Amino acid sequence: MTFELVCFYVFAAVAAAAALAVISVRNPVVAALSLVLTFFSMACVWLLADAEFLAVALVLVYVGAVMVLFLFVVMMLDIELVPLRETASRFLPIGVAVAAVMLVEMLMLIGVRSLKVEPIADPAATAGLSNIEWLARSLFTDYLLPFEVAALILTVGLIAAVPLTLRHRVGVKKQNPSRQVQVRREDRLRIIKMAAETKQGESP
Amino acid sequence: MTEFNTRDLVTILPELVFLGSIGAILIVDLFIKPSQRIVTHVLSILALAVTAGFVWSAAPAERVTAFGGMFVVDMIATTLKLAVLLTTALALVYGRHYMQERKLLVGEFYLLILFATLGMLLLVSAGNLVTAYLGLELLALSSYALVALNRDSAIAAEAAIKYFVLGALASGMLLYGMSMVYGATGTLDLARIVAATPDVQHPNLLAVGVVFIVVGVAFKLGAVPFHMWLPDVYHGAPTAVTTFIGSAPKLAAFGLAYRLLEDGLGGMSPHWSQMLAILAVLSLAVGNLFAIAQTNLKRMLAYSTISHVGFLLLGFVGATPAGYAAAMFYAVAYALTAVVAFGMIALLARAGFEADEIDDFKGLNQRSPWYAAVMATIMFSLAGVPPLFGFFAKLLVLKSAVDAGYLWLAIVAIVFAIVGLFYYLRVVKVMYFDDAIEGGTLVLPADRPLRWVLSVNGIALLGLGFASGPLFAWCNRAFGL
Repeated sequence: MTFELVCFYVFAAVAAAAALAVISVRNPVVAALSLVLTFFSMACVWLLADAEFLAVALVLVYVGAVMVLFLFVVMMLDIELVPLRETASRFLPIGVAVAAVMLVEMLMLIGVRSLKVEPIADPAATAGLSNIEWLARSLFTDYLLPFEVAALILTVGLIAAVPLTLRHRVGVKKQNPSRQVQVRREDRLRIIKMAAETKQGESP
Repeated sequence: MTEFNTRDLVTILPELVFLGSIGAILIVDLFIKPSQRIVTHVLSILALAVTAGFVWSAAPAERVTAFGGMFVVDMIATTLKLAVLLTTALALVYGRHYMQERKLLVGEFYLLILFATLGMLLLVSAGNLVTAYLGLELLALSSYALVALNRDSAIAAEAAIKYFVLGALASGMLLYGMSMVYGATGTLDLARIVAATPDVQHPNLLAVGVVFIVVGVAFKLGAVPFHMWLPDVYHGAPTAVTTFIGSAPKLAAFGLAYRLLEDGLGGMSPHWSQMLAILAVLSLAVGNLFAIAQTNLKRMLAYSTISHVGFLLLGFVGATPAGYAAAMFYAVAYALTAVVAFGMIALLARAGFEADEIDDFKGLNQRSPWYAAVMATIMFSLAGVPPLFGFFAKLLVLKSAVDAGYLWLAIVAIVFAIVGLFYYLRVVKVMYFDDAIEGGTLVLPADRPLRWVLSVNGIALLGLGFASGPLFAWCNRAFGL
């Protein structure tokens, strides 16, 4: 086993364990942090596969921006730690047993021997380009159509977010900054002339 | 590296026109008042019609590929696209009144349906695993949001969450299978995968990929045991949305199954046809037996969908062009029947009344003999009573299964079709022999296109039954028979 292979197994195992933690821990903050660990381990796996650009993009975009936002939201929400549902823990042993049997079956089917698949030649290396250059070129030539469709999917996300979150509630007190800055003295202050009042029977 | 070729744009022209119209509708919808939503409605149907015109006129005689094999246009794709566009337009007509009564007729309703339709058009033309996956996601993400459109309804929220989680799981399965196929063959192009299959280094790795792809496809089709989401989603979603997601996406799912299993993994057909045979038997059994116990019509139709998926899969087990032709005919027949079945529920619904219980159809004959007759036609067609459309569809897939040497499967299917007859006939019995809970004639919505198109659609099931010969000949031609 080469050093690279050892690293791959370590990072892959950490990624899988962290992913399991994301869905099994009860504290949402820990879950979000586990997701960060998953992303980070995956970025390391990609580095081993010479996909430097993807690895850096994953860390910068997902860990640096998306997950920070996620954590921010999670910490803002007042989440009660719900106890694990009774049924979930009751069926856990059966689930684990079934999963283990399936894993063994799959490993037998693939055959541990055939795990040594000849790696597919790195297209970037074949073309004699750096990873990022190859990625950029193929994204706008071979994968032009999928690239544009992915943009459409993002558009759908944008449109779907509107009906799911926009709500005009009645009776909500809200500020209108435009009207606030345009306020004049007359709108807020009313000066009334009135006669001075005196108590009866009392002379000034 | 493929150089960009302007001819590719001509091949994908119908989709580009459709995308352009969606963009225009998106902008127009921003500037109109909620009371003028009819403008969006008409424009959406116009966009579907124009796109159908382009699909029809630009249909190539032979298989054409664009973008380096990413996008395929052949007669199968053309047929499925025309059927998808027609079914979507019908769903929009049937849904308007329902959404308007519930103040859910927002511009996003139209936009999400149109984007989902665009996803379906791309999906049935996929020539590459990446295009297939992205088309599927475009369809799925729009559908999740559509189900959740009624935010004040708890069952709609539950349905949306279930749909989203199980849909994501299915996508994960599909992607995992695709990664295995890539690992075994070294390519994502479906034509190259099928060429590389005979001399692949590790057939077992490819077989594992096939298993996961079959699971992913079965999830999307709603075949047992991957059907759990279907009844809840159909029941929980607003009826207008159910009308859409219960009809056109079945055509797209057929396209996905065909593209992945035959175009891409045709060399592995001995492996997947066995799996599909098991899925077919389970779907027929569970779908038909569970439908009997339902009191809610939308749930009943959901279980009936599961049994119809079983029938659809009968066309796949032989892995022959004749079988695919029969399955495509079945998918088209089912989509056109399902859309009007859910449309009937939308027609009877009014503000504060869903009309989705079977009991709500009690004595419909006394209140509106015409719509009772239309509903009876729909139910008979779903059950497969001759000479309706559904009968010929069932006959053709059964014939293809027998021809492929799956006689036992055909017998099982017939037995469960007879079981299925019970619950379809129950709806007819309730309409004709039970007394109405509410008296008086049926209050029909003022939406004239809804009433007319729905009636025509219902009667067409009878007419198409008689005219099924040319339609089936067309399907056969699409598969080169």
